[in-house]
Amino acid sequence: MAGTAVSGGLAARRTWRPAVLVDRRAETRSAHTLVFDVDGWPSHFPGQHLDLRLTAEDGYQAARSYSLAAPPDGQRVEITVQRTEGGEVSPFLTDDFAIGDAAEVRGPLGGWFVWRPEQKEPILLVAGGSGVVPLMSMIRARKRGNSDVEFRLLYSVRSPEDRLFAEELEDLVQNEAGVAVTWIYTRTAPPDSRRSASRLSVEDLRMYGWSPEDEPTTYVCGPTSFVESVATALISIGHDPSRIKTERFGGS
Amino acid sequence: MGIVTRGFRGRRSDDDARVPPGQYLTEDFPVLSAGPTPRISRDEWRFTVRTESGDEHEWTWDELFGLPIDEVTVDIHCVTRWSKLDTQWRGVSLDRVLADVDTAADYALVRSYGGYTTNLPLEDLLDGRAWVAFEFDGEDLAPEHGGPARLLVPHLYFWKSAKWVRALDLLLQDEPGFWEQLGYHDYGDPWREQRYQGD
Repeated sequence: MAGTAVSGGLAARRTWRPAVLVDRRAETRSAHTLVFDVDGWPSHFPGQHLDLRLTAEDGYQAARSYSLAAPPDGQRVEITVQRTEGGEVSPFLTDDFAIGDAAEVRGPLGGWFVWRPEQKEPILLVAGGSGVVPLMSMIRARKRGNSDVEFRLLYSVRSPEDRLFAEELEDLVQNEAGVAVTWIYTRTAPPDSRRSASRLSVEDLRMYGWSPEDEPTTYVCGPTSFVESVATALISIGHDPSRIKTERFGGS
Repeated sequence: MGIVTRGFRGRRSDDDARVPPGQYLTEDFPVLSAGPTPRISRDEWRFTVRTESGDEHEWTWDELFGLPIDEVTVDIHCVTRWSKLDTQWRGVSLDRVLADVDTAADYALVRSYGGYTTNLPLEDLLDGRAWVAFEFDGEDLAPEHGGPARLLVPHLYFWKSAKWVRALDLLLQDEPGFWEQLGYHDYGDPWREQRYQGD
């Protein structure tokens, strides 16, 4: 079968492996990056995700999927978790899960929403909130692989303090040719922002994205309603639907 | 049992017996699609069944939904791990759609507007286990959930319930669909946790 999109043998990707937390960083008040050491982790592509499983003392288990936040780095596996108020798993991971604690992971999973360093066409990334996580993995892979493919990121957040990876992205824009970042603030924009706070519009996509003639591949990730409106807007200005890859999360 | 995570208790639910392994309950109706949502009006919508001998049977919207309508209340399970209980749908049973179709096929490849495909054994579409659904929760099915009409095969993971359904190819040999080519399971039984190939 054409399952070659995903690295590592099937059995290797289906195996639950112990994952020990070796580092954690607060990205915002409610989002934390967790870095695991996973013995035997098969390599992955930027954009893929993993399953994470927690087991209680009485054997009760809960599993969730999380996007990988960084390109492959041996046994080091990073995810960035946005706390969902009232959730069963994410508040535990962001608030209680400590360095040295262990969970289990398996993967990598998902062979569709991926960017491969061999891709030569321009790339448009459109993120809504924590939907930036798999896109960040692509941006980091581009830098690590010294790719000169042009990336443009439109990143929609409520306000500056809600931005994930803000410093790293600012730094990339300053120092890395070929990466452009446009912050789309929906509620509160900083005073020096080049656009006032409003939802991402067709005009934003025209102004800060690519023209359909550039034949970009576009990756859109965010809440369902965000992905729906962005994908519809892209098609309305002439982008080829088959070049738009989407990943949606959450209810609504 | 896996490695115990220190301090994790989790939250159990009274409905646990209805939730397959590795799933959790949601009150929302999340969306999983790989690309943009196609927009198809009821006027232009057609449903086609192609048999292994190349015969085609085609229905317009009025023809298909002029068949007797079932009201169905079922639990649904998405491979991204959410399950939703007691969802209410209206649609036409595939038993009725296929009643006069002459075929010896064992497999079906479902085709959607927008290019999505998924495969499953033909018998899983029969015996009152699958519908072409056009209403969810008393409302017309929204485009992001597969409107104007989607397949509903609730006993399998929900990617088999193809949104924006437009055709069934009846085949003598199994042919993998979109997610199945990307490593997802050919059958997808949530109770046996058949998420990925080899599960």
